[in-house]
This record gives sequence, structure tokens and C-alpha cells, in this order.
Amino acid sequence: MDSYQEILFKLKKYWSDRGSIIQEPHDVEVGAGTMAPETFLRVLGPKPYRVAYVQPSRRPADGRYGENPNRLYKHTQLQVILKPSPDDIIDQYLNSLEAIGIDLGKHDIKFEEDNWESPTLGAWGIGWQVMLDGLEITQFTYFQQCGGIDLDLVPAEITYGLERLTAFLQGKESVYEIEWAPGVSYGDVRLADEQQFSVYNFEMASVDSLWKLFEIHEQEAQRLVDLYRALKDMAAKQRFPVLPAYDQVLKCSHLFNLLDSRGAISVTERVGVIARVRKLAVAVAHAWNDQQTPGEGEVAA
Amino acid sequence: MRGGLTFLLEIGVEEIPDWMIEPALENLASSFRALLEQNRLAAEQIATDATPRRLVLRAASVTPRQNDSEELVTGPPKSAGQGAAAGFARKLGVTPDQLTSVETPKGEYLACRRAVAGRETSAILAAALPEIILGIPWPKTMYWTHRAGPRFIRPIRWLVALLGDGVIAFEIAGVKAGSATRGHRRLGEAGPLPVRYDDYEAVLEKNFVLVSAKSRREKILREAAAVLPAGLRMKDDAALLDSLVYITEFPTPIRGSFDESYLQLPAEVLITVMRHHQKYFSVEHADGTLAPHFIAVMNTSADPDGLVRQGNERVLRARFNDARFFWDVDQHKKLDARLDDLAHVTFQAQLGSYLEKAERMAKLVQEFGGGEPAVRAALLSKCDLTCEMVKEFTDLQGVVGGLYARAQGESERVALAIYDHYSPLSMEDSIPRTLDGRLVALADKVDTLRGCFRIGMIPSGSRDPFALRRAAQGVVKILVEGGIALGLAQLSAGDARLEEFLLDRVKYYFREIRGFAYDEVNAALAAGSDDLADAEARLSALKAVRPTENFEPLAASFKRIRNILKQAQFEGGVALSRTLLEAGPETALHEAFQSVTARVEPMRSRREYQPALEAIASLRPAVDLFFDKVLVNAPDAAIRRNRLSLLHGILTGFSSIADFSEIVSSHESSQNS
Repeated sequence: MDSYQEILFKLKKYWSDRGSIIQEPHDVEVGAGTMAPETFLRVLGPKPYRVAYVQPSRRPADGRYGENPNRLYKHTQLQVILKPSPDDIIDQYLNSLEAIGIDLGKHDIKFEEDNWESPTLGAWGIGWQVMLDGLEITQFTYFQQCGGIDLDLVPAEITYGLERLTAFLQGKESVYEIEWAPGVSYGDVRLADEQQFSVYNFEMASVDSLWKLFEIHEQEAQRLVDLYRALKDMAAKQRFPVLPAYDQVLKCSHLFNLLDSRGAISVTERVGVIARVRKLAVAVAHAWNDQQTPGEGEVAA
Repeated sequence: MRGGLTFLLEIGVEEIPDWMIEPALENLASSFRALLEQNRLAAEQIATDATPRRLVLRAASVTPRQNDSEELVTGPPKSAGQGAAAGFARKLGVTPDQLTSVETPKGEYLACRRAVAGRETSAILAAALPEIILGIPWPKTMYWTHRAGPRFIRPIRWLVALLGDGVIAFEIAGVKAGSATRGHRRLGEAGPLPVRYDDYEAVLEKNFVLVSAKSRREKILREAAAVLPAGLRMKDDAALLDSLVYITEFPTPIRGSFDESYLQLPAEVLITVMRHHQKYFSVEHADGTLAPHFIAVMNTSADPDGLVRQGNERVLRARFNDARFFWDVDQHKKLDARLDDLAHVTFQAQLGSYLEKAERMAKLVQEFGGGEPAVRAALLSKCDLTCEMVKEFTDLQGVVGGLYARAQGESERVALAIYDHYSPLSMEDSIPRTLDGRLVALADKVDTLRGCFRIGMIPSGSRDPFALRRAAQGVVKILVEGGIALGLAQLSAGDARLEEFLLDRVKYYFREIRGFAYDEVNAALAAGSDDLADAEARLSALKAVRPTENFEPLAASFKRIRNILKQAQFEGGVALSRTLLEAGPETALHEAFQSVTARVEPMRSRREYQPALEAIASLRPAVDLFFDKVLVNAPDAAIRRNRLSLLHGILTGFSSIADFSEIVSSHESSQNS
């Protein structure tokens, strides 16, 4: 029986053998692997790209103080982006499951419709949730649009839920019982993380401070986006810090999630705040797309 | 035609969402039939089938080649002269003496008959199939090759197109049509499998694909029954069965079990978890109570080591644990203690919070004549939206509120009314079981309708984000089937657009759901729509009386009366004078009118509409004779007014059950169609 980290190594190796570069997680908080620039920005533009990376994904509202065996504030995704998608992508994906020891001859795999959409990112795609013996283990998406831009090459995005997959392979009822490394459980490594962040996210985070931080990052992102738009000179555009602007947007998104879990955003406000973040994400996506295709001029937002 | 060719088309696709498959097949078959017809080709046994990974169309005895034909090409007018004729002939590649002429409304024109060679069917199909395939309408499509590439529901990965033994040459998105299919993703032989029309199903079955949806359905039902112990049965669920038939290529049901202690949770919760989240069938005893088992349908042939069963049981256990956790947590705060929390849940930005909605609903229930339990149910009806159980299982809104109300000591009337108040969710769904529940459901829907219309969120075309049509349809169904006499005007509170919208749904309900003819509906509603259950009774009577011999002719006469009155701009108000009545048909009509009125009145007040209508229909001979012999438009003004007054009396006197002048006779409607 493979440990959690062994499964990770195998999956990375599997995709590395098929031409993916292996990236490290993005070091700004994200809600999903899709939001990391390796996906959100790299899927734009005409250049083929293949990448796989582990991305710890923070969803403050999903925290359960470490008491629920299946729900986590921070779970781990393995994100694979194949741009453009190879014709045999589903076979490659199924073989990756075999590579981590799932004998598909003895299990039941189903592809159930599940289209993905992120209003915050102006992004959507078509795809499935992959069910293994009734357990959702993967989200599979053909991206169609990102940052409001129709994509030139259609990437396949494969997102493995690593905790679930490992619990399945190890036959564990609780993620905290997963063997992370020989003799070390997932709970040993992560329980305190879940407990303390749940307390902070639900009870102690200062709503005032979070709003202030949100506004600071929003202003900084907006300032950069405005500066980029004013540029005419090609060389100045090429060296412009679009990536740092995107990090500011990610900060906003995470702060929004924190405010949400703190119960500080009413349903009415929600839509408005999401629209503010989306506006910035879309502007950054257009700027990046513009940098990837110099000379074609910025696509109208 | 005997001796034609067989045709096999298989579109190999990545997994198509189950619910989209049948409509796609219908479109594929009808496009194919249209193509044959346009090209004067024949075929027999046209049939479609599908699995999630393939759409299949087969036909036999397909005409191999179009018959040769002749076409008439029309050229310039004959009067255009020699030069024009020579030019026309040259264009067609014939000599001028081969031209003929045709007579047209615009004069005589040059023309040429020429033979058209029939095309090979394979060429016709090769040219048309890409368009037919890509023309299948899907609810949401994608592109996969590049931005300007073809769009389909999911990527097309292979194509089989065989006419006889020959491959039809075409290509879609870089995929060339061929003669090889694919088996089941894991159980089939790897790689392409050559097929012919005759062995297609057999080859696939050997590779663990049952092409026929019917076979898959039967396999599920047959084997599910076999894995259940005696005395237990699978709970019927047609929609779930349909879904599983089209999620699998080789379905195999297995039985799983769960700990009996979970049965302490309400059956509604357990079933929702199994059905919506896991696509499992519930298992029940003969008396309908749940048994601690479920049926999962695999897309594979067997579960030799029990791994699939164990996996599914583990997932279900986690789901049930969640549900149990939610139930326990939710009991810490009673429903009525959650009203304050509702103030923070927005119903709609401009329409306020759910607390405000609940308070408006309570008022409406009072206005509709509801008692104390119904009013309390209305007030508490939305409190479950703040419960963890409903946040997780949103389909259970209302149901959970009802279950909690019962568990927390609210009266059974209150609990039932909350439980049912989202019903009916569709036209097939039943209305709330109790009067309390019906009133709360009405108040809920009417409040939403009034509010949305007030702020201008009125459905147009296919845009109906608040599902107002469904809400209005629910209102109508409850009024009719629940026998609640509330008028549309009262429900609309003076909003003419809403009243019109509701009336539209009333007509839709009677016509499309209940199958009444449109003119019968118009006639019954014109006589009053404030009590829809009563309108239904009048409508049924009308439908029963309509085929009798006197009815339609009398209806035609009523229409004539209406037109006469309209032309004369006569609106009543003139007392009838017996002395001005002419002896003979006019007096006879007046007497018949009085005697029928005397018979009809008591029947009408007892709501015995059918005998009342039959009595009215008996007026026909008197009316016919009147129109035959008497000139309404008499030269003497006083006599004329008196006759109009008699007709007016008949029209208004007998229009309170149905306005007969709305009836379109079978004669008229066949002329119109």
C-alpha cells in the first residue's frame, strides 16, 4: 500500500513521463489549482504547454475544525494541464489511475456530466466528474474560456483530489487516518492546521482588517491594470508586471473567501464583490494574453 | 425496395450527458429521413440507438443510387430574340434547336429539358453526413480542435459509416469515417474493432457494450431483482433508471448495505442522499419502508472481489454520517428561533429577506382564509433555509422544515403544511395534501409572482430566471385540483400583466395538461374564471355536451346573435315588451327562452352543468326557426329594439356557464386549418 506522498510521486512521474513539466505549488493562497497562474494564465495564448503541479487549495468555509472525516479547509489537488488536449487524453488519464495501483478491471469508473464554471475568473469549461466506485476522484474539464477570452487551443484540465484518492486506495474512513509517509498520518501532519485555521476563519478573523486588506489589494491590482492599459510602447508592455498584478487579484479572491466564511458578506453583497474580483481577473487575463501575442493588439474586454 | 444496401452510422464520442441522448437521437433520425426524402431515396427499418460513447443510426434496403431524372431549365423570354437564345443554349451546352419554350404568367420563356444523372447514395451521404451530425442541437456545445473548429457536445473520437460494405468517405474534426468501432473502455479489446452492419451488435456485445438502451434497461431490472433477498424490492424510480441506462455501456447492478442505525434518519433524507448524490436505487420492504440496502449500477461486468460494493458502501457511510451530523446540529436551534436568522438571507435584492417574505406569506394565507396552523406554517416555512441539512441537500427544502417541525413539537397540521409547500414542482407532481399546505404553497408562489412582476422581472421568451412560469402553473394546479375559489384578479392584486400571465397558464393547463379544446377553454373561461374548480366542472360539461346534435348549430347561432348585437351597437337596458312580439316564431322563441330559463336556473345553482347545457341546447329549433322566419332588422324601430332585447336576453342569460359564441364549429375549424 502506497503512502500519500508515494502516490504523489507516482502521479508526478507519470505525467512527467508524458511530457509535462512538474511545477511547484503557487505560493499565494488559492481556492483551487485552476487559479494558480500556471493554469489561469498559461491556458491563454497560442503556445502549447503541459504542466502538472500539486496545489494546496484553501476554502475557508469548508473547514470543520478537524472534526469531519471528509471535509478540509485546505485540501490538496494535483492539477494537470495539457494544452492542447491530446486525442487519447481519457486513456492517458485512466492509465494514470492504473499507475497508482487502481486495477480498473476490478473497479467501476463512470464519467458523469459536470461542467465547470468560475464566476470570479470569468472562466468555464465542459467536462465530467469521474466517479470511482461511487466516489468522485477527479474533475475533468475541457476549458473553453478563461478571463472572458475564448481559448485558442483547448486545454484538458485534470484535477485529482489527492486526499480522497489516497483514502480510497488505503481504505481509510477518515482523511486524518491516511498514511502520509510510513508511520506518519495525515492527521499528524495537518490536524493542527485544520483546527487553528477553522478557529481563525470562523471566529477570530477581524472583519474590518480583512475588508481593509481586500481594498488595498484591489487598489493595487487596479492601479497596475490601469497602467498597463495606458501603455503604447511594445517593449514597455513586454516587461510590465502582469504576474504581480495577478497575485494581487488572488489575494482579493482569498480575502473574499475569508470574509464569506466569517459571515461578513450578505447574499446581496456577494454578487457585487464577486463582480469586483472578476473585473480585475479579466483585465489581467487580457493583459497577459496581449503579452503572449504581441502585435495583435489587446482584445477588447 | 428489395435488394438495397444496409447503412450503419456510429458517431464515437467521449461520454455524453445521459439526459441529452434521446433528443439527439430523435434529431439524427429525422435529419436522416429528411435527407432521404430530399434526394428521392428510400430506406427501411431506420433505427437509432446509443450508449454514452456512441450515437448509432442504422437502416436497411437503402436505395444504392438515385434514379436518373429530367429537369426543366427556364431561360430568357422568347421575345428576347435570337442572341439571347443562342447564349442560353451555349450556357447549357446544347444547340438552339434543342430548346423548347414554356408558358408562364409573365409570358413565353425559353426552356430546355435535360437529363440529370442520379447520384450515388454514398456520395450524397458523404456530402451530407457532416452537416447532419454537427447539426444535432445540444443544450451546450464545446469546441476541441481549436477556437474556429467544429462544435459538438463532447469531442468526436471515431466514426463508422458503412453503406453496404463500403466506407462512406467523410471527415469531421480530423476524424475520418471508417469501419472500426471501439469496445468498452476497460473490458473491451484495446484498439479499433472492425464491424459490418450484420455483426455490429454482436461484436460490441463481445466487447462489453450493449448498444440497445432497451437491453441495458432490462439487464438492470432483471439483475437488480436477482441480487435482492426475497421480500425486498427496488424502489421504482423511472428518472434514475433512464439516467443509469445512458451512463453505462454494460450495466451491472450490485447490492450494497448500510448499518441499520441510519434508518433512524428520515427516509426522505436517506433516499435523497442515495438518489441524487450517489445514483443508487433505494430498497424497500413490501410495506414500503426502507431496508438497509441499496442498488448501485456499475458500468462493468462484475465485482468479483466485492471491491466496488465496499467502495460504494464507504462513500454512502460518509454521506449518511454527514446527514446525521446535520440533523443533530440543526436540532440545537428550533425553527421559530431561526426567524431572526432569516432576516440575513436574501430572497431577492429588491424584494427583501426571507423573513420579509415569510411575513408577507403569513398575511396572504390569512387573506386567503387560512386558519391559525396555516398562518404559523407560512411564517416558519422558510426557516429550514438556515439549516445545515438544507444547505447540503437543497432539494429537501420544505421537506426538512416539515420533519423538523414535527420533531420539535409543532402540530401535525403545521408540519404537513411546511413539508408540502413547495409542491407541485412540476405538472406531474401532486399538490399539497392538506388545505393548510395548499394555502401556504399558494401564498409562497403568489408572493414571488407579485414581487417579481412589481420590479419588472417578467419572463420573456425562454428567459425566466425565477421560474415564474412554473410558479404560476403551480398556482393554477392548486386552485383547480385543490378546489380553492380565489379569483385571478384577487391573486394579482391589481397587476393586469400578472392577471394576464396567470390566465395564460390557466389556458395552458386546461389545454395542454387536461386536453380540452382551445375554444371550449375560451368559452368556459369567458363565463368566469374566479373559481377555477367550477370552471373545470363547466368545461367538462361543455366537452360532454359538445358532440350532441344541437350544440354546435346553437353555438353558431349565438355567435350570430353576438354579431347582430354588436353591429346594432345594442347593449341591453331595454325592457322586453310582450305586446311587441310577433305571433309565431318570435313568440315561440320567447316562450322557449322562458321555459328553458326556468329549468336551467336551479340546475345551475346546483352546479349540474351538463343537464343545464343540454337544456340550453334544446333551444336550437326555436332559434333556427326565428332566424329563418323573422327579420331582426325590422323597419319599425320599436319592434327592432324589442327583438334585439330578446336576443340580448338569450345571449346573456345563457352565457354564465360557457360563452357559446367562443365555440368554433368543426365546420369552421376545418376551413381555417
